Amino acid sequence: MSADLDRRRAIGDEIHGAAPTGGVHTMWDDHLLDLKLVNPANRRRFKVIVVGTGLAGAGTAATLSELGYQVEAFTLHDAPRRAHSVAAQGGVNAAKAYKADGDSVDRLFRDTVKGGDFRSREADVHRLSELSVRVIDHMTALGVPFAREYGGQIATRSFGGVQVSRTFYARGQTGQQLQLAGSQQLLKEVGAGRIVLHTRVEMLDLIVADGRAAGIVTRDMVTGEIRPHTAHAVVLATGGYGNVYFKSTLAKSSNVTATWRAHKRGALFGNPCFVQFHPTSLPVSNEWQSKTTLMSESLRNDGRVWVPKTAGDDRPPNEIPEEDRDYYLERMYPSFGNLAPRDISSRAAKAQLDAGKGVGPLRNGVYLDFADAIERLGRKTMEERYGNLLDLYTDATGEDPYTAPMRIAPGPHFVMGGLWTDYHQMSSIPGLFVGGEASFNYHGANRLGANSLLSASVDGWFVIPWTVADYLAPRLGAEVPRDDHPDVVAAVRETEERVSRLLSIQGTRAPDEYHRELGRLLTDHVGVERHADGLVEGMNAIRALREDFWSNVRVVGHGEQLNQELERAGRIADYLELGELMALDALDRDESAGAHFRSEHQTADGEALRDDDHWTSASAWAPPGDDGRPIRRSEPLTFDAVPLATRSYK
Amino acid sequence: MRLSLVIWRQADANDTGRFERYELTDISPEVSILELLDMLNAQLVGEGREPVAFDHDCREGICGSCGVMVDGQPHGPVDNTPACLQRARSFADGDVVTMEPFRAGAFPVIRDLVVDRSALDRIIASGGYISTATNAAPEALTMAVNKTEADAAMNHAACIGCGACVAACPNAAAQLFTGAKVAHLAQLPQGQVERYERVRAMVQTMEENFGSCTNYGECVPACPADIQLDVIALLNRDYGRSVFRASGDEEVTDGDRRGIPWLSRLRSGPWWQSDPDDRSDATR
Repeated sequence: MSADLDRRRAIGDEIHGAAPTGGVHTMWDDHLLDLKLVNPANRRRFKVIVVGTGLAGAGTAATLSELGYQVEAFTLHDAPRRAHSVAAQGGVNAAKAYKADGDSVDRLFRDTVKGGDFRSREADVHRLSELSVRVIDHMTALGVPFAREYGGQIATRSFGGVQVSRTFYARGQTGQQLQLAGSQQLLKEVGAGRIVLHTRVEMLDLIVADGRAAGIVTRDMVTGEIRPHTAHAVVLATGGYGNVYFKSTLAKSSNVTATWRAHKRGALFGNPCFVQFHPTSLPVSNEWQSKTTLMSESLRNDGRVWVPKTAGDDRPPNEIPEEDRDYYLERMYPSFGNLAPRDISSRAAKAQLDAGKGVGPLRNGVYLDFADAIERLGRKTMEERYGNLLDLYTDATGEDPYTAPMRIAPGPHFVMGGLWTDYHQMSSIPGLFVGGEASFNYHGANRLGANSLLSASVDGWFVIPWTVADYLAPRLGAEVPRDDHPDVVAAVRETEERVSRLLSIQGTRAPDEYHRELGRLLTDHVGVERHADGLVEGMNAIRALREDFWSNVRVVGHGEQLNQELERAGRIADYLELGELMALDALDRDESAGAHFRSEHQTADGEALRDDDHWTSASAWAPPGDDGRPIRRSEPLTFDAVPLATRSYK
Repeated sequence: MRLSLVIWRQADANDTGRFERYELTDISPEVSILELLDMLNAQLVGEGREPVAFDHDCREGICGSCGVMVDGQPHGPVDNTPACLQRARSFADGDVVTMEPFRAGAFPVIRDLVVDRSALDRIIASGGYISTATNAAPEALTMAVNKTEADAAMNHAACIGCGACVAACPNAAAQLFTGAKVAHLAQLPQGQVERYERVRAMVQTMEENFGSCTNYGECVPACPADIQLDVIALLNRDYGRSVFRASGDEEVTDGDRRGIPWLSRLRSGPWWQSDPDDRSDATR
């Protein structure tokens, strides 16, 4: 196996995250003093490109613009509000400690480090926890209608993986409300003429000139025009790559192209195999179902997960008596019960499905039952808490979750992996900053519920605007490369060639067919559970599929128009490369950690078994060298404030 | 089941466009309207023909990307539901279903079913926000908000920005969209400082881009977010006050800016100023 692995990847030097020295508790505050500043009068001499207008992108763009920098923002959507942050349902965590339940900044920090199974960077996580407090203040001031108690205070609820109530929410539409607040701030700056906003424009390459990120190459999705945009710094806030699995909880246009293109230009890719499968997604019911729609995890607060005790029990759920039901999460994890973290819940569900206890017409789901909660709290309270989620379910399935239990299943959801970034959220390419899900540093091997909106908000509003200034300050007077700079010309030409090539193959298979096939391969081999043999098989199959794509794909239409097939084909081409790296990373990481479960590495009772001696590190992949092998570098991780321990949610 | 889809095809903004008819079979009833288009496109691409361009993204009713007229109804036959959540079970086997883009002067067609809705963002950019610089926010709990008001603000804030209200309106007016944002922010204490400047600027941009509201109310059943007509009442009332206010009162103090009590100091005014502190009509 190791010989096979060595044939597939090379090992590079260690890399370090450049976190300042000293204890994590005061690190960010201390570090603020060390960050270099740009004089307010000089800020307009710097131009920053922000790609993506979700929470991280809109926050970065609006804040930098307010500070006086020239900002150009890019989104592939027709409006900044549509970025996928809009779809997060359950809430955003913050260590406000508004309840007398023992919460604190350090507890959120500890929960996040532990929830990530000790594969995140401690310093970054502590900063995330500290700044969480500011996020709630800021979002409230921007008009986010957070749920309120009758006394007028902001309400909170608890979420999977924790025992305190620290999740702030706006009905089941928290992401939408934060995203609207963010995109409104962005539009405020657009309206004032301080941000140039490009909509329906897709980034297809990163321009690296003289070793620094200096701009992007874009394609106007309406006219097909391919052109460069140059700047002093580039911020990627382009989200995650869960759609590589074809069916996922993500919006259809979420894709990896921006970060993957940056990776191809040299940016290290961190932990690509760390993918979270959400335990409460809608099971697939037919070929044309476009996604495994997410049913917010917050439902697990009041829902009880169960399957019939006997495989093949075909009775309708309400006719299965208590003694014939297995509330397996409550049984296996008595202290956390239905609120066990996502990776554990997903794996437990998969074990039930594999044991033939799945429910529903395709036997591919487990029950999430609200009967007890409705009896305890009343239907009205349930409607208030989860109304739109339950309606969504009724609409999708034709079933009523108020009278019969919901069916749920694990679905690809959030990627903890992403471009490797240092403590400044800067990638390995100077001047290229990365925030939100596109980055990799906060969530380790598993993300806690309601930490996604948090990390995107913190990066966008409270970290990148500070660290970008530190990068720019010494570069006062530096020229932005002109459009005839050789690196700019080359990047544009390569993008044009790639688009032409996609259009010229004119084979026999539609891009989507490759995507579906790739999704199947990844689900089978790089899914909830992985094994070395399957990973090797998966890599070989993905490679063959990619070769077939480049010789046999058919993209209809031409390039000088709105061509959604062409857009898809370009993204799928990148997924076909990413997919192989995900499998390679999963094969390389010879341990189980969080959501990365290698069946060779488990405890006697089936829990993930880490190998801290060899793998207390983040993997940061460089693009293939001359011999065609990707180069894996490692960032050693240290755990001083939260000592390494085995997670237990029993 | 099987359906005949009659779909608007238009190569680009300059093309005149035409309807084309396609046959679709083996449709399961839980397939969404957008998934019908997926099925059709797979069929078209398989035949080497260009697929139907349409906007879509989250497929769960929250992003507001999708928007298509189905048999003359924005999003489809079911009220208050976006196209991505409308299902084939609404149709009978063998039905002919017509799909065309949202029709409004402010929404030029880009291609097939894709329209340009950026006029909606121009309304937001002109005032649909609360100006708070990053890092300048006070501790969130210093501002208690009555639960009823917070819930009402949330009702208004739920707008997904799809533009169905405009497409449904015989006048192609954007009052429901604009009113939802104005009402959301006017309902909260944070939104009071800019309340009247906001509504004045937003209405001006709205009127530059869209038709006028004549209270048909067609927008309400079309709205996937259940925004109600009361937001238009609030929009009109706040706009009236903003115009009145802009025309002269110089004695507005900071305290007055939190709400509208300054109006009560006026000896007389139009009927809509009669009970300025009563905001109950903005709640549901």
